[in-house]
Amino acid sequence: MSGGVDSAVAAARAVEAGHDVTGIHLALSRNPASYRSGARGCCTIEDANDARRAADVIGIPFYVWDLSERFHDDVVEDFMAEYAAGRTPNPCLRCNEKIKFAAVLDRATALGFDAVATGHYARVLTAPDGTAELHRAVDPGKDQSYVLGVLTQDQLTHSLFPLGDTSKPQVRAEAAARGLLVADKPDSHDICFVADGDNAGWLRQKLGDRAPNHEGAIVDGESGAELGRHDGTFGFTIGQRRGLRLGVPAPDGKPRYVLDIEPVSGTVTVGPRDALTVDQITADRPRWCGIAPTRPVEGTVQLRAHGREHRARVVVSTGSTGEERVEIELLDPAQGIAPGQAAVVYEGTRVVGSATIVATARTGVPA
Amino acid sequence: MHDAPQTGQTTPTVYLDHAATTPMLPAAVEAMTTHLADVGNPSSLHASGRRARRVVEESRETIAQALNCRPGEVVFTSGGTEADNLALKGLFWARHDADPRRVRILASSIEHHAVLDALDWLAEEEQAEVELIHVDARGRLDLDALRASVERDPGSVALVSVMWGNNEIGTIQPMAEIVAVAAPHEIPVHTDAVQAVGAVPVDFATSGVDALTLTGHKLGGPYGVGALLLRRELSLTPLLHGGGQERDIRSGTLDMPAIAGFATAVEHAVKTQPEYAERVAALRDDLVRRVLEVVPDAHLHGDPAVRLPGNAHLGFPGCEGDSLLMLLDARGIECSTGSACSAGVPQPSHVLLAMGCDEEGARHSLRFTLGRTSTAADVDALVEAIGPAVQRARRVAR
Repeated sequence: MSGGVDSAVAAARAVEAGHDVTGIHLALSRNPASYRSGARGCCTIEDANDARRAADVIGIPFYVWDLSERFHDDVVEDFMAEYAAGRTPNPCLRCNEKIKFAAVLDRATALGFDAVATGHYARVLTAPDGTAELHRAVDPGKDQSYVLGVLTQDQLTHSLFPLGDTSKPQVRAEAAARGLLVADKPDSHDICFVADGDNAGWLRQKLGDRAPNHEGAIVDGESGAELGRHDGTFGFTIGQRRGLRLGVPAPDGKPRYVLDIEPVSGTVTVGPRDALTVDQITADRPRWCGIAPTRPVEGTVQLRAHGREHRARVVVSTGSTGEERVEIELLDPAQGIAPGQAAVVYEGTRVVGSATIVATARTGVPA
Repeated sequence: MHDAPQTGQTTPTVYLDHAATTPMLPAAVEAMTTHLADVGNPSSLHASGRRARRVVEESRETIAQALNCRPGEVVFTSGGTEADNLALKGLFWARHDADPRRVRILASSIEHHAVLDALDWLAEEEQAEVELIHVDARGRLDLDALRASVERDPGSVALVSVMWGNNEIGTIQPMAEIVAVAAPHEIPVHTDAVQAVGAVPVDFATSGVDALTLTGHKLGGPYGVGALLLRRELSLTPLLHGGGQERDIRSGTLDMPAIAGFATAVEHAVKTQPEYAERVAALRDDLVRRVLEVVPDAHLHGDPAVRLPGNAHLGFPGCEGDSLLMLLDARGIECSTGSACSAGVPQPSHVLLAMGCDEEGARHSLRFTLGRTSTAADVDALVEAIGPAVQRARRVAR
């Protein structure tokens, strides 16, 4: 129970469905007082109090579990390391993978619980063969199956998503009807551990000397000419247009976009928008919601949270050292896809699994 | 949970957290309720005010008699935290103003946060030099260290504060010896006796302490009211300025019904203290013995003999206290990890850390405290539940 309306209603529904429910608020910040004012993130002391009040109204026990050390090690450190390596991580997936449905689930299981229920908008359906399937939520605008694409079969069989069949406005109405004061609380949008959503500023402050390069060159993708300098690769993400501060316009007068980030040399490559277009993606470290696909998947992929679906053909192979490799051919090309992002593979509304993007390419264009 | 009751059903509660708070004495409820419908500000001059004032003054006399101090030495506050803050800040400011050399405050390392945090503030904002005197592995203050600290430069000590009985591990401090160290140098001694009043004999005058904190809800009175017993020769800088109540020491309209309830509870607690202590100590000893039978590697923290009669603070190696607490709570058995919460997250007990426990040890403990309403059935219930709870809690990886 984060203190938000979704987890509150999810808890209420779980109780109504007859489950024996205990509300847990996760203390993930090592300094909860710090995010007090105005943050659109999550999990300040006020959020804990909101969660506690919701648990009171629902009539369930409530505790706070301190997972701040694990969270820092598994999610925050990973976030920083990925950016320092020039990649663009999604910490919410990492949190689901390592914390919410791992550390929390493990602890809960040890204490005698059967499952973790959250307010995520997604559905778990049972296939005819009895396996659990993760599906998109009924409300496509709120669907969060993307961030849950990291869950394994074992995790899915111990998960409950009571909101998957409801729209957000309905959830708010239900919260109000149930007497939950959080009915009108705004949604959190930003990364929960970055106050006020200033990812670049946060990284600059936290990474400091750890980033391999404080500064480097911004070069033109076509000519290789240096167009300017920057003060840290982590201020950039592939597909970014703003904040380049190049001073010199491109020959065609059109905006330039970040095409590539090379963290060791500190080189940021920029170019025109259509240079961002890719139709081949290589990804690794896949996590499958069921069994790994043995045949190519003709389905769709989603490449960012709340991003569009791209029709795709996905082939899974095993490399020489046993590691799984996922090759994605996009029938609907994508733009601004950065290594480190998650590619979540769907067959219809069913999540097949997810993998971490390592490289992108465009047919006919040398790498 | 397989062994947990269905939500919605009420499990009979086994309350083993009397150190946190304890049920109000029925007579105290009655005393308070009787006056809730009265109208009259005890500070008003008319008949209604005088009636209310009379209740306050009779309560004051009752408390003074029970604790052997003068009525004029009883200062009503909103509770123990306010009384601690008033004593520490008020005495420090007054003593320091009278002689600027007096900057040091000596306290034990296991004081309640109402003392420690107030001292932190005085150190940060008021340039006090706070020295926390260490305790031994049983939580007993090191008297030699106290003496050495005082005698190093007695003129620089503003006051000494040592709690009479520790709320977590129950260890009772050698108050007479502590006073004996400070008194020759005319250094005032304050004691937080919130857990001690009603549990052990507390006699203000003979103890020699200069200031003593007590509170209503720890001894069968209501929340929101407490007192600072303050030797009348001492001057104190007030925290609350205003209408000048309590001889200008503590302004604010007096909560007359709560004070009536408070006095009833204090009188009863002190009067019944010997039988209470004997009965509750027997229950506690039984609890400890039987829990150790079920969990042989559990151990008792604190002084086994010189401790508050209702206190059983036990360590359960291989478990986290908060997992155990959750598991017991699910079975209706209510206790405490004994430590303060920061943002709702239990912290390792500073008391255990001060006694020399490592962090793991400071996290694997539970505090069970018995009180006036505790019975043998409570002990039976705990003994039955603790084995399975510890087994399960040990499965939770850190």
